[in-house]
Amino acid sequence: MLVVNGLARRIGSRLIFQNVGLELPAGACVAIMGESGVGKSTLLNCIAGLDRPDAGHVTVAGVGLADLNDEGLSRLRRTHVGFIFQAFHILPHLTIGQNVALPLWLLGESESAAGPRAAAMLEAVGLAGREGGWPRELSGGELQRVAIARALIHEPGLLLADEPTGNLGPEHAGRVLALLRAGIEQSGAAAVLVTHSREAARWADRVLRLTPDGLIPEVA
Amino acid sequence: MAGYWKSPGAGPMSAVLRRVFVASLLRQRLAAALSLLAVTLGVALALAVQVIHDAAVAELGRSVRTLAGEADLQVVGGKEGFTEEVLDRVLALSGVEEASPVVELEPVLGPGGDDRRRLRILGLDLFRALRLQPGLRPMAPEGAGRLATLAQDGLFPTPAAMTDLGLSVGGSLALGAAGVPPSVWRVAGQSGVDGAALGGDWPPLAVADIGAVQWRFGWLGRLSRIDIRLRPGVTESQIRASLEGLLPAGVELQRPVLGESQAAALSRAYRVNLTLLAVMALLTGGFLVFSTQALSVVRRRSELAFLRAIGLDRRVLAQGLLLEGAVIGLIGGILGVGMGYALAAGVLAVLGGDLGAGYFQGVAPALGFSWRPAVGYAVLGMVAALAGAWAPAREALAAVPAQALKAGDEIRVFVFRPRFGVAVASLCGGWVLCWLPPIWGISLGGYGAVLAALVGGLALLPAFTSAVVGWLPRPGAVSRLAACRLTAAPGQAVIAAAGVLTSVALAAAMAIMVASFRQSVVDWLDQVLPADLYLRSVGGGALDEGRQDWVAAVPGIARVLWTRQDSVRVIPQEAPMALLVRPVTAGVALPLVNEGRPPRGAAPVWLSESARDRLGLAPGDRLPLPVGGEMREFGVAGVWRDYVRQQGAMVIEQDDWRRFGGDPRVHDAAIFLTEGTSPGAVARALNEVLGSGVEISEPGLLRKASLALFDRTFAVTYLLEGVAVAIGLFGIATSFAAMATARRREFGMLRHLGLSRRQVGRMLALEGMWTATAGVAVGLGAGGAIALILVRVVNPQSFHWSMDLHVPWTSLAAFAILLVGLAALAARLAGRHAMEQGAVLAVREDW
Repeated sequence: MLVVNGLARRIGSRLIFQNVGLELPAGACVAIMGESGVGKSTLLNCIAGLDRPDAGHVTVAGVGLADLNDEGLSRLRRTHVGFIFQAFHILPHLTIGQNVALPLWLLGESESAAGPRAAAMLEAVGLAGREGGWPRELSGGELQRVAIARALIHEPGLLLADEPTGNLGPEHAGRVLALLRAGIEQSGAAAVLVTHSREAARWADRVLRLTPDGLIPEVA
Repeated sequence: MAGYWKSPGAGPMSAVLRRVFVASLLRQRLAAALSLLAVTLGVALALAVQVIHDAAVAELGRSVRTLAGEADLQVVGGKEGFTEEVLDRVLALSGVEEASPVVELEPVLGPGGDDRRRLRILGLDLFRALRLQPGLRPMAPEGAGRLATLAQDGLFPTPAAMTDLGLSVGGSLALGAAGVPPSVWRVAGQSGVDGAALGGDWPPLAVADIGAVQWRFGWLGRLSRIDIRLRPGVTESQIRASLEGLLPAGVELQRPVLGESQAAALSRAYRVNLTLLAVMALLTGGFLVFSTQALSVVRRRSELAFLRAIGLDRRVLAQGLLLEGAVIGLIGGILGVGMGYALAAGVLAVLGGDLGAGYFQGVAPALGFSWRPAVGYAVLGMVAALAGAWAPAREALAAVPAQALKAGDEIRVFVFRPRFGVAVASLCGGWVLCWLPPIWGISLGGYGAVLAALVGGLALLPAFTSAVVGWLPRPGAVSRLAACRLTAAPGQAVIAAAGVLTSVALAAAMAIMVASFRQSVVDWLDQVLPADLYLRSVGGGALDEGRQDWVAAVPGIARVLWTRQDSVRVIPQEAPMALLVRPVTAGVALPLVNEGRPPRGAAPVWLSESARDRLGLAPGDRLPLPVGGEMREFGVAGVWRDYVRQQGAMVIEQDDWRRFGGDPRVHDAAIFLTEGTSPGAVARALNEVLGSGVEISEPGLLRKASLALFDRTFAVTYLLEGVAVAIGLFGIATSFAAMATARRREFGMLRHLGLSRRQVGRMLALEGMWTATAGVAVGLGAGGAIALILVRVVNPQSFHWSMDLHVPWTSLAAFAILLVGLAALAARLAGRHAMEQGAVLAVREDW
């Protein structure tokens, strides 16, 4: 599902990372750890086509990102990629159900068709019947569950999660990670989990550490 | 610790205000600059209108005082003046030290009347005038002899008139007036008066011996006015009492400065209307400050909550936010004063002191700085900006710090509740205000109703936006996202569209009012100009019965309806009204708006709307009028529409006038031709018969000239409308720029989910378009209501004329579509900057 080859990124004259390689089949989940500022999020953005690498290439679902323009990259993201952010990024002017249905809207589904699927997805993350409510009524843990539902609703081949539990307490974090793992297994998506937390990384199949010279296996 | 924060004006507090609040204006430079520009423009326009008008009135006053010289009082009559016996009666009064008789006429230049320029001649008794009007003293060249100034053909133009007309001492010129043969005059010297002191000297002015003027222009035994100087210690009321019963009917005693105040009163309503437009621009500027501040408060919501959390006093928070508005208002006010004076200087040079309306023709005002209006309008600018900053400051104070620190809480600011109560109260209040009478001749109730209609429109905007967006089809994700945003946060539309609503309401109201007025004028001209040719006497002359017969005998003329133009002062100390003597029942069409039956035994008089309002009369009421030197009993038979004589006019029957011994001479005629007759041929024949003292025009030319004057008068209103709409569009642009900056994390997230830059741009454009649609739609509604107030309340109360409502649907629709398109473009461009920032960076910022 995801192939990363010889990826390098500089910001100005500073080298962030180089020689990054990663191959991830469908259903596999990898956690990437590293010090602050090592470029974990930058790597994630290069994988999502939101940042252009200085060298190397990324292939998602068999499509090379280097060949795509902004429209093509956007299409690829809405079709094959799901995102989960540390700060949830739930739109405050959409209802909870509309937030979850948003990726389906982007794929052209009507409101009436997307609504029931969003409700079912919310039920799956333990928020049954909350689709008509507003994000301001939810706690942090609940908001991240909404974000998971939103990331998985369009059945993406690749799930990218950037510090998904960074804003949550330990109890909420555990529940959210369990939910995330279950969602990945159910959908068969490949997942990249960027995290500081060893607890979070434990939910992945493999744990890698990002260094300036590439990804290396994390030693437990 | 609390005391530390609460020490107003103390060092730490000033530092907080300066660094936290005022510095935020520097952070949002573009929005602050546009707000500043709006306030500056509003202040500049309002001040310029006032300064120009004041300069014109002051200049007119100077010119009146120069012509009146050292006179304390004047005896004035109607258009045809009064008999010389009045002078003897005035001179016989013990309180009168000096009295100078004057004949004032405006003959045309050229022997054949082909040169349509005019000369204003003052016929003076030169010996008396030397004592009373030394500024007008004629000066003959050296060696011309002591009696040169008394020559019966001697004319003494002012230096400006010499230049304007290309005259030189020793040269000659022919002058013509109706009813008398052309006369040739010799330029015998110059009048000592400085042309500039006579308000631009229009028409060019010349002085001559009164006897020569009376003799050559058929005014023997008659005077236009008498200038009087009183003995020391004698009061006006004593003279007024002494003259009781000595002045013929229609002849009045007045102060010389009255002319100045009359012109000022006539033009005041026009100026108030223009000032209203300029104040509307200022109001739009205030809304722009509101938009900027509201969005700034949203953007800084967590920052302000944090300051509150660490102990910033609520009062200091309010002070700080108001200080931001005050800084914009103060700088805008000061810049506006400078720009206002510059604008006034430019407009005076191009359009003149009446801003094109024709009230002060010939007056060339000089601009002088005055502190009072400058400070007044600068303060007004600050008040507008403070008012704009008030609501956002209140919102910031009401926010609960703990809540406001939470991510996504800013959406609360945009969840405006529909203010149906405010809307209903405003609209009802406005309706009540429409019924108030004018105060000091100004329709204050009407202007209050205009403001109430605007407030009502603004209060309805959130509900209207939600309704419109709810009703719109949402075929795709982009339109759905835009619609969800506006439905959940209609306050966003209020903030962005408040300026558009105000400016559209103003522009639409003015467009409807001007279209109504113009169409009413067109219809009115069709009614009052039914004849094939119009004849008008010039130069203060009139046509006697013999000449009337000559006209009637010209081949090709089927019928002639004559009009005598006189004036009558019904209300003492106020401007005289026009008295028109016409054969009404014989076929002169009057555009009647109200009819009635005069009381038994009274001759009918038809009042113009202005005369009706000034006199407070209705059909059936009695009105004594001076005819043939005696008061006669008339009764109001109807009210007619008159767009020419704002001071009021009345029409009486020609037969009644003659029956009461009125002067049978006439001034104007409506001429109907036999079928197939060429108007041009008849005009030539009439010129041959009557000479240079008449002007003959075809109705088409009169109509064209009238409408050209109308368009010139209203040209300046289009300019003000354009400025207001431009300020409104600034509002959309700045609001969306600020909102796009505040929403860049949202855009970043949407880009992660697969929305392309173009789609985000389309979403913003759609939001801009729908916001503008709501603003424009409510603005058009409010504009329609305001137009109705202007047409039905403000104009009748200010100018004393009515008009029929005509809505320029096509222009308004084109204007609305253009504005919505521009707003979408402005929103799209405004969001560009925010979209150019990396989506990556955007989502990394804490939500």
